[in-house]
Amino acid sequence: MSALTLTLKYKPAQRVDMSSLVCQHLAGLSVTEISALTLQSGKLKLRVDELFTIVGTDTQDIVINNSADNLDFIGKELDGGRITVNGDVGAYLAFGLKSGDIKVSGNVGLYAACEMKKGYLEVSGNVGDFLGAALPGNKMGMKGGTILVKGNVGERAGDHMRRGNILIEGNAGDYCGSRMTAGTIAVMGQTGRYLGYAMRRGTLLLWNQPKLSASFNDCGAHTLAFLPILFRSFKTLNSRFADTSLAFNRVQRYAGDMSEMGRGEVLVKL
Amino acid sequence: MIINGVSIDATFAEAFPMKATRAIITAQNEKWAMISAQAMTGFATSVIACGCEGAIERVLDPSETPDGRPGVAIMIFAMGGKGLAKQLETRAGQCVLTSPTSALFSGIDGGIRIPLGKNLRYFGDGFQVSKQISGKRYWRIPVMDGEFLTEATTGQVDAIGGGNFLVLAESQPQALLACEVAIDEMRKVPNVIMPFPGGVVRSGSKVGSKYKSLGASTNDAFCPTLKGMTKTDLSPEIESVMEIVIDGLTKEDIDKAMRAGIQAVCDLGAGNGIKRISAGNYGGKLGPFHFHLQEIMA
Repeated sequence: MSALTLTLKYKPAQRVDMSSLVCQHLAGLSVTEISALTLQSGKLKLRVDELFTIVGTDTQDIVINNSADNLDFIGKELDGGRITVNGDVGAYLAFGLKSGDIKVSGNVGLYAACEMKKGYLEVSGNVGDFLGAALPGNKMGMKGGTILVKGNVGERAGDHMRRGNILIEGNAGDYCGSRMTAGTIAVMGQTGRYLGYAMRRGTLLLWNQPKLSASFNDCGAHTLAFLPILFRSFKTLNSRFADTSLAFNRVQRYAGDMSEMGRGEVLVKL
Repeated sequence: MIINGVSIDATFAEAFPMKATRAIITAQNEKWAMISAQAMTGFATSVIACGCEGAIERVLDPSETPDGRPGVAIMIFAMGGKGLAKQLETRAGQCVLTSPTSALFSGIDGGIRIPLGKNLRYFGDGFQVSKQISGKRYWRIPVMDGEFLTEATTGQVDAIGGGNFLVLAESQPQALLACEVAIDEMRKVPNVIMPFPGGVVRSGSKVGSKYKSLGASTNDAFCPTLKGMTKTDLSPEIESVMEIVIDGLTKEDIDKAMRAGIQAVCDLGAGNGIKRISAGNYGGKLGPFHFHLQEIMA
């Protein structure tokens, strides 16, 4: 059984809501039935076969080829299975992801992995603002799972994050880890201003010294036993995070944000 | 049955169902992992008065431990799950948390999860940090030498306690040497511990006593100085008897350990003063697990 492959015929004029094309919704459907499903695009409802050519039958292994940056809600609340996207995607990728794997070869828009619960998201390109964050007004962002970004991420990555790992090989924008409740964000590149703004708990693990706010206090240099275990858990990833030569357990520890609860930490490689 | 001049009695060891767990203690070096492990398994020879039976299972190579440091695997056995959990937590708190550079991890992935560091975290007084890594929860507790890292829970599994055999020799040094050799071999068997000092017990007990307050008393039938005073089980040439008690996760584990131990004793043979191998039981009425010596050595 080959992967259910959807190849975009043309870039639609309006944004497209792709939320119905997830493994659990397509399970048991024939290619004909999938073709007849409709996707909201602006005011229009477009048949799937109007936008995509469809090949393959394995609904638990979906491939989207020739993807465009106005395809939103790909993998929304995915609950098992695998989605592979070749190309860029729009906003709300992996929104509320429950389980399963999503891999994207291109760039990703706003609110990727917003309120993600579990599972794995891998992006080879760059990601927009609010990665792993909560929807505006909500208090709980990402609650579990792992996000790997090989490029850069925008502002507010991990806003209101509660649990899980966000691994960023590139740079992170301003307000990275803002209002974090818990979890781990690791950034191999540079970080922007207001790192960990109003974070309550959680860990920001950095390879480069950040410019920290005055509300983060230096706790000194330490060798932390949990870091080798954390790095070992990345061993299976297709990432620089799996490279043991880049791992470390000696860090400078900063506690903050003291203007909030102050139980968070920024760990910087020494 | 006679092996190398050593007579193997047609009897059996009687053992009981227990609950068991394993924990892994690591430290900056093997010396401090061992010190912590010895403290944690101290005063844990018998459930009769210690609340549990515990011992070091084996030394772990850094490649085998969760944090890549030298480590020691310990196992604790108790008659019930509640007692096991209490003993584990108390010992972890007083013996591992306190031990310099130590960290504590689960040694059994499955089973019923019981607290390891789950409640020790409160020692952190609000400064403790939780980390969930690969589905396991860890607690980082700030302590004066840095951070105490502990896994939140470990696994409790059904197990067997009380496998045993007796070494009957012509002299005390010969009995002890035979037991030392046996213990060396038995420690190579996984999933078992020999909880008595050095793995050997010289004060084997029988059920009951002439004194009402005691539930167990000296096994007079195997006491060589009482040969003329009691219904003895010893022939005139036996001058010393020592016992090895084995707790294990499964019957097969205990079988293997007993076979390894008895074989090592028999290899010394009658020429080194070893005359008989016997075992302790209660007539088969109390424990559901019977380890027949001759079947094990067949």
